[in-house]
Formats: sequence, structure tokens, C-alpha cells
Amino acid sequence: MSATTLSQRPPVDREHALFLLREMLRIRRFEEKAAEMYSLQRIHGFLHLYIGEEATGVGAMQAFSPDDAIVATYREHGHALARGIPARVLMAEMFGKVTGCSHGHGGSMHFFDKSRRFYGGYAIVGGGLPIAVGLALAEKMQNGSRITACYFGDGAVAEGEFHESLNLAALWKLPVVFLCENNLYAMGTALARHQAQTDISRKAGSYGLASNAVDGMDVLAVEAAARQAAQSVRSGNGPFLLELRTYRFRAHSMADPDLYRTKAEIEEWRKRDPILLFQSRLREWGFLAEADLDHIEAEISAEIDDAVQFAEDSLPEPVEDLLKDVQGRIAS
Amino acid sequence: MTYREAARAAMRKALREDPRVFLMGEDVGGYGGAFAVSLGLLQEFGPERIRDAPLSESAFVGAGIGAALAGMRPIVEIMTVNFSMLAMDQILNNAAALRHMSGGQFNVPLVVRVATGGGRQMAAQHSHSLEGWYAHIPGIKVLTPATAADAYGMLLAALRESDPVFIFEHATLYPLEGEVNEAAPLADITHASVTRQGKDVTLITYGGTLGKTMQAAGRLAEEGIEAEVIDLRSLRPLDSPTILASVARTHRAVVIDEGWRTGSFSAEVSAQIMENAFDDLDAPVARVCSAEVPMPYAKHLETAALPKVEEIVDAARGMISRHG
Repeated sequence: MSATTLSQRPPVDREHALFLLREMLRIRRFEEKAAEMYSLQRIHGFLHLYIGEEATGVGAMQAFSPDDAIVATYREHGHALARGIPARVLMAEMFGKVTGCSHGHGGSMHFFDKSRRFYGGYAIVGGGLPIAVGLALAEKMQNGSRITACYFGDGAVAEGEFHESLNLAALWKLPVVFLCENNLYAMGTALARHQAQTDISRKAGSYGLASNAVDGMDVLAVEAAARQAAQSVRSGNGPFLLELRTYRFRAHSMADPDLYRTKAEIEEWRKRDPILLFQSRLREWGFLAEADLDHIEAEISAEIDDAVQFAEDSLPEPVEDLLKDVQGRIAS
Repeated sequence: MTYREAARAAMRKALREDPRVFLMGEDVGGYGGAFAVSLGLLQEFGPERIRDAPLSESAFVGAGIGAALAGMRPIVEIMTVNFSMLAMDQILNNAAALRHMSGGQFNVPLVVRVATGGGRQMAAQHSHSLEGWYAHIPGIKVLTPATAADAYGMLLAALRESDPVFIFEHATLYPLEGEVNEAAPLADITHASVTRQGKDVTLITYGGTLGKTMQAAGRLAEEGIEAEVIDLRSLRPLDSPTILASVARTHRAVVIDEGWRTGSFSAEVSAQIMENAFDDLDAPVARVCSAEVPMPYAKHLETAALPKVEEIVDAARGMISRHG
């Protein structure tokens, strides 16, 4: 058997491959719809799209069970969808409705779902890392076996909380997988303009963490690396830093004119679109006929139309409840 | 027992009775606590539950939040309030906001103990009284025990709360002796207390300045002025009814606050009296606060910067002689 044939042998079964494709497409279409709803002024505030980064969210999420804890960032629509939070409560959240996953209190940047151990979108860069450390600390003190996944971006690497958290997690051997989605820009500042050491995975070494870096445009590579990282953490080896090298195709937020990078650079990365790349591999393997794709797209389209309809039809929270969730027991 | 021993006794009781409780902070274990509050707890409860943390205020306060989210009952010690600035992101953006921001799904039953205040010649980075800043934040409770009994009772009560509670311990209080009833029912942490009754003027204070205020009340009594002293005990929530009821009787109020005057907690108390008891007042509300200067080291300068008994006496006497 030739080397070429070996490399072409599908590393996954068709069912799982189509699942990954569907999950990435759900995020892509959800984000496109979110952008549209923003233009129509149904969604307000900040909206940070995940388009281009679908393989990191979907691939890494496969390594975590429903019992594990997830901590995410303000660019968390993809994580939330991949975690299984229904599109309709996410859309309703961005519409500011009481049926939203955070009752309309959080908006695009602050999705939460206790039932799925989705501990939230954090909009202060790096702010979720200490929370993840604490979730893992509690798990260890309770002699549990669940682990915590913590997504953050390359911008967070410049924050003190990144360094404090990696050290603390390593010092106490806590079960956390740190997932750095390196899209090369901290808002508009290129990685090389804010980091002296641009190889993020190498930063783990100074804290005694195991680490790895992987092509974040390859969903299978991400999944494999995340499973390996999670397995290491589950085995009691302490935390793991996995760098997922990716790129966002859209601007930082809907408010960003995207002046700090060239069209040529974006076009170059678009050639490595994680969804198109994966589709072509699936076709090579004979896993994906055009009818399959049409079927998947139709289902997703229906799901997202339903999400928008649900969000439109939902009621806002009564203003009388403004102060309801500030504290549990208000002093009398 | 002393205030220090009272806080320690409360932690010991909580650690013995509730396996979810643990203490985390800088030098709380091997060192025994920078103010020796946790001395001996490491030996009794071990390093898992008396957890020395690196000098990473943001990470260990955030870890306390995460652990609280996951069902633990952490007590986090921050060595001084000035150091707490390093954890402000976690406190304001996460601890205080999580319940609301998540639509009520999550809550953070975290207790944070913070040493505060001046008077020990620790200069400009260890001596300030910033609890008033914390009282600005919806979503947390701010307690200021001024007595050994409250140092004990408030800590145990705080551990029963479902949201973050900050306990500010004025560092000059640690050696203070006081009666502590360890068998008392759970302390009330929502009401102010009238520490001394009087009819002529209300002196309103909390924490480290309660002692000076009581001294001032004693001196005023020698002059025939009967001052009522209110120990606020909790800055958030603020027990406004107790303040207003007292002012309705005395018609005069002096607020004593070790924070800087501008934007201080005393300004909030004064504003509430103005808003709600304007017609009861015979004189404008007076304030005795710290001078607007980073805390100096030299003793005479530090003394000059902090609220003084004479200033309290003068403020009270002044409004009585002018309007009495």
C-alpha cells in the first residue's frame, strides 16, 4: 500500500464526519443569520462572529462529555452551539428576550446554560481563565472526575490572568484543558505586535504544563489533539495548553472596519476555510454526495429560521423584574 | 477573645461543620496569615483546605468564584484592601455580575475577607479604607465588623449567603478584646446597631472608626451632650431606617468614615439623610473623613490624615452650639 493511499484512508467513520460537518455548518449559517439580524437592527450591542473558526470550537468540543464544564469568551456562539445549546435560545438572547439563554441579560457576549455546564461567555479578555481554575479546583476537592475546558483567544495571552491561571492550575495539578484559539489578532493588533514569543504553546513550558499546537482549520486534527489533551488531563497529569491556530474571516465585531489586515491576507486564509476543506476531504473519501449536503443545509436552514421566529415571537422580560436577579436573598 | 481570635474561631467552626468550606489566600497556611488570623488552621485542617496561594490575586479570587460556582464555600483572604485592586476584574466583572448576567442561573456563594485601614504606619500602599468603593457595586454584600462578636458572627452568617460577601476587617481591630458568644444564633448581617443611645446628635460610623467615635461620645457626654452612636455594620445593604429613625430623634448627624471625603461612603449616608430626613435636620450633616492624601508613613502625618476624636467632638459640638 502506498503512502498516498494510507494518508487518504479516512480516519473517521462517515457518520461522525458528517456530524462534524453539520456542526460547523450550523455555526456558519447561524453566524450569517446573526449578522443579517444585526443589520436589520434585531440584534444590538457588540456582535463578534465566529466565521472561520468553526473547526476549533466543534473539533475541541468532541473531547468533552456533557458532565465536563465549559468556559468560553465573548466570541462564544460557536462554543454554545457545539455544546448543544439550542439555536433558538441563543438567538432569543441576542434579541434581548426573556426566553434567551440568559433571559436577555447577557446578549451576544454572555451566553450561559447551567443545565449544560456552560459557565459562560466572558467579555473581559482572560477573565474566564481563573473561573475555569476554580471549577477544576472544586472538582478536585470533591474527588470528582470531570474536567474543565477553557476557551480563550490569543489576546488573552497578554493578560496577567493567563499567566496566573496557568501557574495556579499547574501548581495544584488541576483538571483543566486550556484551549487557545489563536486567530492571530487581539482585536486589531497582530500577534507579532503584542507578543515577543509568538509560539503560544511554548509559553506553557515555563509553568510546567504539557502543551501542543495544531492546525485549527482542520477539524479532525483539532479533535484528535483535543482528545489527547483531555485524556492527559483525565489521567491526572494536570492541566494542558492546546493552541488552535485559526483565523477569523469576518472583522473583530460588526463595528470593526477591518483596517489592520489586507484583503490578500484574508483571501489567502479563506482558501483554508475549515468547512470547504473538510467538505473536499469528505468527497474524496466518498462520504459526501451533493444530495447529502443539500439535505444538511436544508435542515440547518429550517433550524435557524425557527430560531429567528422563536426570537421574534418571544416576549421581553417584564421591566418590573429589572432587579430580580441581582441577589438571591435581598435583605429585608 | 480578641477580634483576631474571633475571626479564627468562626473559620474553625465553619471548617469543622461544612466540608465545602476552605480558606485560600496569600500566606494563610504556613505563615499563619499576615495578621495571624488563620494561625494553627493549617495544622488542624491540612493544606487542601488551608490553601496557600501564589501572589496572584486575580487568579485566586477568580478561582474562589469558580469553586463557589461548583458548589464549594470558599473563604478567600486578601492581605490588604490595596492588594484587592489586583483582583478587581474578577470581583466586579465576574463575582458581582454572574447571577444577573446569567439570567439567575448561577450564583457565587463566596466570602472574601480583606484587611483594611490605616493607623499602623504602613504608608501609601497598605493603609487605605476602600470598602466604600465596594459598597458601590450591586451584586455583593459589604460587611464591616467593628467588634470581636461581629468578626465571629458575621463570618458565619456570610457563609450562609448565596451571593458574594466581602468582610472588611480593620487591621487595628485584630488585638481588640471583646465578648463573643459562640453559642449565639446566626448573626444578623442586615441591620445597623445603636452602640450608644443619645438624644442630641447621631454619630454614624463603622469598622475601624467605631472606637474613636465612642471616645468622642464619651467626651461629649462630659460636656452634657448626649450623642447616639450607630455602628452601620453593613455598608451594602445599608440599613437606612435605623439611621433615619435616629436622626428623626436627634435632628443632627455626623458621619465618620476613614475613607477619603470625596466620593466616600459618608457622602452616600449624608445624601440619604438629605433625601429622606431633610425636614428633621436642625443642621447640615457633617462629615469626618481622611485627608485627601495617599497615606503618609511618618506617624504625625498619618495621625493628621486619619479621622481624629477631636474632629468628631468638634463637629458635633459645632452643630449643637450653632443651632442648639
